[in-house]
Amino acid sequence: MISGQLALLISDYLIWSLTLIGGATLLLGLRNRLQRERWRMILSRPPAMAAFILLLVYLLIALLDSTHFRPLEIRQTGDPATSSKQYGTTEISLLDLLLNRIRLTDERSYSAPLALYGYSKEQVVTTTGNRRDYPRLKYGGAHVTDPANRNRDLLTRGSRGFGIALLILLPVFLLYRLMVRASRLSENNPRIAWAAAFATLAGLVLIGAVGYQLAGPYHLLGTDKVGQDVLYLGLKSIRTGMLIGVLTLLVMLPFALILGTAAGYFGGRIDDAVQYLYTTLSSIPGVLLIAAAVLSVNLYLDQNLTEVASLQQRADLRLLLLTAILGLTGWIGLCRLLRAESLKLRELDYVTAARAFGVADVRILIRHLLPNLGHLVLITVVIDFSGLVLAEAVLSYVGVGVDPSMISWGNMINSARLELAREPLVWWSLATAFALMFTLVLCANLFADAVRDALDPRLRGRQ
Amino acid sequence: MPCNKQLVSKKSFLVSLVALSGLLFFGGCGQQLPNNPYPDSVANEKVLYSSFAERPKHLDPAVSYASNEYAFIGQIYEPPLHYHYLKRPYSLEPLTATAVPEPVFLDASGQPLSSDSPAEKIAFSRYGIDIQPGIRYQPHPAFAKTPEGDPRYLNLRPEDIAQIDTPADFTHQDTRELVAADYVHQIKRFALPDLHSPIAGFLGEMIVGLNELSSALKKTMVEQPDVTIDLADYPLSGVRLINRYRYEITIRGVYPQFIYWLAMPFFSPMPAEVTHFYNQPLLQEKNITLDWFPVGTGAYLLEENNPNRRMVLSRNPNFRGIPYPSSGTEEDRQAGLLADAGKTMPFIDRAIFSLEKESIPVWNKFLQGYYDRSGIGSDSFDQAIQFGDGLDASVTKALREKGIALQSSIAASTIYLGFNLLDPVVGGYSESQQKLRQAIAIAIDMEEYIAIFRNGRGIAMHSPLPPGIFGFKEGELGINPLVYDWHKGTATRKSIAAARQLLVDAGYPAGRHHETGVPLTVHFDTAASGPDAKAFLDWLRKQFAKINIQMVARSTDYNRFQDKVRSGQVQMYLWGWNADYPDPENFMFLLYGPNSQVPDHGENSSNFQLAEFDQLFEQMRNLPNGAKRQALIDEMVVLFRQQVPWAGGFHPQNFTLHHSWISNLKPSHLAHDTLQYQRIDPELRDRLRQAWNRPVIWPLVVIAVIVILLLLPALYLAWRREFRLPHGNRQ
Amino acid sequence: MTAYLLRRLLYSAPILLGVNLITFSLFFIVNSPDDMAHKHLGDKRVTTEMVEKWKQDHGYDRPLIYADDRRGIARFSDTLFARHSLRLFLLDFGRADDGRDIGADIRQRMGPSLAIAIPHLLIGLLVYITVSLILTFFRATYIDFIGVFTAVALMSISAMFYIIAGQFLLGKLLHLTPISGYLGGLDGFRFLVTPVLVGLIAGLGSSVRWYRTLFLEEIEKDYIRSARARGLGESGVLFRHLLRNALIPILTGVVVIIPTLFMGSLITESFFSIPGLGSYTIDAIQAQDFAIVRAMVFLGALLYIGGLILTDLSYVLVDPRVRLE
Repeated sequence: MISGQLALLISDYLIWSLTLIGGATLLLGLRNRLQRERWRMILSRPPAMAAFILLLVYLLIALLDSTHFRPLEIRQTGDPATSSKQYGTTEISLLDLLLNRIRLTDERSYSAPLALYGYSKEQVVTTTGNRRDYPRLKYGGAHVTDPANRNRDLLTRGSRGFGIALLILLPVFLLYRLMVRASRLSENNPRIAWAAAFATLAGLVLIGAVGYQLAGPYHLLGTDKVGQDVLYLGLKSIRTGMLIGVLTLLVMLPFALILGTAAGYFGGRIDDAVQYLYTTLSSIPGVLLIAAAVLSVNLYLDQNLTEVASLQQRADLRLLLLTAILGLTGWIGLCRLLRAESLKLRELDYVTAARAFGVADVRILIRHLLPNLGHLVLITVVIDFSGLVLAEAVLSYVGVGVDPSMISWGNMINSARLELAREPLVWWSLATAFALMFTLVLCANLFADAVRDALDPRLRGRQ
Repeated sequence: MPCNKQLVSKKSFLVSLVALSGLLFFGGCGQQLPNNPYPDSVANEKVLYSSFAERPKHLDPAVSYASNEYAFIGQIYEPPLHYHYLKRPYSLEPLTATAVPEPVFLDASGQPLSSDSPAEKIAFSRYGIDIQPGIRYQPHPAFAKTPEGDPRYLNLRPEDIAQIDTPADFTHQDTRELVAADYVHQIKRFALPDLHSPIAGFLGEMIVGLNELSSALKKTMVEQPDVTIDLADYPLSGVRLINRYRYEITIRGVYPQFIYWLAMPFFSPMPAEVTHFYNQPLLQEKNITLDWFPVGTGAYLLEENNPNRRMVLSRNPNFRGIPYPSSGTEEDRQAGLLADAGKTMPFIDRAIFSLEKESIPVWNKFLQGYYDRSGIGSDSFDQAIQFGDGLDASVTKALREKGIALQSSIAASTIYLGFNLLDPVVGGYSESQQKLRQAIAIAIDMEEYIAIFRNGRGIAMHSPLPPGIFGFKEGELGINPLVYDWHKGTATRKSIAAARQLLVDAGYPAGRHHETGVPLTVHFDTAASGPDAKAFLDWLRKQFAKINIQMVARSTDYNRFQDKVRSGQVQMYLWGWNADYPDPENFMFLLYGPNSQVPDHGENSSNFQLAEFDQLFEQMRNLPNGAKRQALIDEMVVLFRQQVPWAGGFHPQNFTLHHSWISNLKPSHLAHDTLQYQRIDPELRDRLRQAWNRPVIWPLVVIAVIVILLLLPALYLAWRREFRLPHGNRQ
Repeated sequence: MTAYLLRRLLYSAPILLGVNLITFSLFFIVNSPDDMAHKHLGDKRVTTEMVEKWKQDHGYDRPLIYADDRRGIARFSDTLFARHSLRLFLLDFGRADDGRDIGADIRQRMGPSLAIAIPHLLIGLLVYITVSLILTFFRATYIDFIGVFTAVALMSISAMFYIIAGQFLLGKLLHLTPISGYLGGLDGFRFLVTPVLVGLIAGLGSSVRWYRTLFLEEIEKDYIRSARARGLGESGVLFRHLLRNALIPILTGVVVIIPTLFMGSLITESFFSIPGLGSYTIDAIQAQDFAIVRAMVFLGALLYIGGLILTDLSYVLVDPRVRLE
């Protein structure tokens, strides 16, 4: 049993509180019949159901990775009297703990997925003298005594994983049958897509079990330039990606919503002021603005946080400030769209009618405008979410991305720039980052499609 | 069928795509290859194709101090001396001078002393330089004269230069003979306050009278701000013009390394006409300046200066022609480097340098034959280079078949991971602080760094001196015994256990302070960014983690980083030094106390100040190479290893590849006028380029067919919708 | 209408002033005059005195915005801000810190950037809207699903990957276009093919996804239904009604990117060695040449404001319901 001292980072608090608030709102909302209906509609679509489950898994990983603590370690001084317990110097997360078997197995440099040998030749000391050859990996497949047996070993472990997955899935399958029967009995329409849920779950369990069997003894997805396990890097990046996407949107949404609708609806002075604000900001080419802001923030960090902060705290603060900067510069696009749309909406008959009847402006905004803008917000948010995850790579290119010590897809993709030009090609970092990111973006898109259909008043009438 | 409008437009897009590729293909059937990045007209001329990554900032030889700028001005300007192209160790020989000058020593009253006088009696050294007569400058409007003999283009009016964009646009171009006064003029220019010469401060301390000239000029500028300064009106006591072809430079004390400075572009000739010409405000407004359009006597002139795209050097028609060196080693003879012995240079008519900001395109274009030479990035290394059993490098089979050959050389540079000795934690000179640094020095495995990041191209540092510099020692005698053991004929790094023990002795058992228990954190400052930098920082973090030290990387922009180094706010940093000249003084001065960054902004970025070391340095500096100097250097190296101002480092080994059509290449880290020696076989190049770059067209056709096939079911569906669906009633 | 235009034009002055203030303060926080001096004087053998001298020569030895040591209006006019930022309003970009005339450089570099940007914009609009319309036409079929899936996949890939893959495929494997470089004139066509194609494909995913959502949104509206009810064919509906009504959001999106196109793409221009304004800007950032960055920001702002006015005008042209007062 490992004990330690909880040491949450600021972003940990943020993501946890966001999740708790979000979850609570959702559960409370379910008591409302209309909300329940909407959820049922969303989850009745198989793609949305699968996406929902995958998004939950991403969230779970991000949450696990957002529970940092300092592990307890015994300080050995040789003399038992002075030996004392104290907490470690670095924060690790629950996810790190779970992934210990791939976190602590660093090789020297590149190695291909499931390889036994390094990827480039090095000087190898043998009994006959120095030679340049592919070195045997320190951890990857170290238990395989005869390299010829590797494939058999892979097969054994793979099938063991498969078996375990089946064992786990059996009770789940029974549960699934029960659910299906229950939903058949109930009068509710449309029916929740339990089949899709089960299929997704089955896929996840299968991948997880086989992966677990292979990922410890081997480097399932290879290692990077300095020998870190790519699977570990990919999984750790999930938290960074989710944080950048979610927190940035959190910063930018209020600005865009309030300013955009107000400008479009009220016009006049307010419109002028809002336009002045966002025109000024957006006139400055985005990358330049972000670069300058990030550089000055780093300057501030350097001057004020030299001694206090640990490695992670520093990186965390940089990440938070980056999301704040991205949010403060990123609301403009959505704001413009909302303003243009509100400009159009306020001329519509029912809005002018409401105004003529003397309905309060705020009420018109909330009752008549906002529902008609929801889909626009959602689409932009989903596109921005993936764009933000990608923007990180571009910012790294200019040198103003997340902290270089932070594991992120952007950093992995940026390294891939050199790896792609290598011969032989190093593809696994890029492939891993791409696969994980693609899944996230695709799920967000599919889910948003369903949510949009459920939210849109016109579409709902069709059902 | 209105519904198919979009489909038609999509199809027509495809058709146009195929047509476009056809156009490319048929364009390629002529002489021009479609992927040739150069205009066709220059295919068969003796042109060298190369690239540059960064716009040169200065081309004025008094200001320029960067190797990427020397690649250009080294071909244009001729200082009195240069390095022999083939001889190693590097040796100086006259370029425009008639001989390498020997100093005459003077006492405080200016009386000559014998050459074996003790150093403390010598107050000045005087170098007399004789220039070869008959050397002429490149054609330039500054030399053009009116029939009356006045400079033609001196008081230009706006209408005179309406059509002028470069000096070459002037109708009248002329030349003039190189005279000693031009060299004197250039040395005086260092004192110009608004020129900001990077070595003005250094030379001011050295050359007699330069600082006085500088203050005189400053005074004039303050008192009469509107007067244009003519340097001819201001004497410089330390530099005298003896006659048309001879001048003398007097420097303070003894500084045997001074003759090396005479081989650097700083000491190039600068005609007064040229500076007067460029000083005209109208020309400066049109970006016609000396920093942009150099004027020299060398083998090449700058024909086109468009650093946004390309820089073109072409043969100077007035160049006198120098014979190719006929002396060299046996190795040079075997490598064919003496085949052109005695022939008149230059061999290449033009050299085109194209801007390439990323390394990947450069490498790929080199493989296609569009660049004649290339370095090797660490990521394309395995593709290019293989190692034989004896660990000697050669190009891979694929490249050998293309006729690509490899040249490798150890650069006269040291790249090092320095501590800041002013820092309270990692700095200081107490025994425990030394031990902390020693422990870190053992933990940071430079051999692994060289293997991962430089593909083994480099040797780990044991002392500040790189191989090829006097004082460097190889083998068991050369190893750093505090970090390495000599084991079975190789230097073996001491174990991590030893480093941990040192850490315990230093007062940080298991990486924590022995009293407070606070974990030890070391900050590494860097300005590097990008994927390679990230990998490096990850690697460095791992090295420190081996002995339980936390490393925090503080990445900032380059300015901030420099600022921190200057004010001594860093703990550790990575820095490098390229030799100005092949002398141990040029490396040891990086650790000389009076040369510290803080407070003097010297080059000693570690702020290493040890009286004993400084004393040894002052003795060593002025000695000729020999046993006595070696002994002093050895003592300094022992101090260096014991105090560990640098945690480790390496001397990079440069690998360059070149194609079979370019010859007479020998890597040189100090010679700058290297272009004129090289030779190109354009016919061979053209033939190979044609063979390597045949356009491949069929994949495009395949893609087009697949897209059309994919669209067929869509067409069917569209048809069905339009006709069968209930609301599809046609009008 | 005229009054509206006049008002907008007058408003652009405070906007430009705001832009100037923001860039000015941001860049001077990051980059003090001392830093600039050091950057320009090089790494080797630099003394404090030389730094002071450089600052004096380049006019960086004054206070930033408010001068204590001056009287009257000079308290504001004899400052860095007044000297360096305000004259931009006269389109006098001044000189870069290395003494080059910025206006001349911008004129020279405009061409290459536009040579990439204009084909990119026009072909892009054509292709993206066509593809989106096709997907809309085939909504809720396998074609639509594949399209969305591909679009999402395309937008999950980093732009850097497209560039490297484009150079590798077209230049290195097929030998069809030069890997990088730029030439003016007709022969320069070969150099534009890869960057434009790469740009199109890199933007395909997000653009198609965006346009498709827009169109789907419109297609559920009442006027489309009534058009269908009148017996109009599906493609007629798409072209005559949908496209016209979707023009407002399309225009809003397009005008926003026009200045970005003009400013060039930072990454593309660097990778393809195209001497345009994008690489000019990124060079200036790296070289910490504040004068150039300031000029580029100002230029971008000017273009942007012009674009905004055009957008509002086009709203009126496209949709008579919109009134501008």
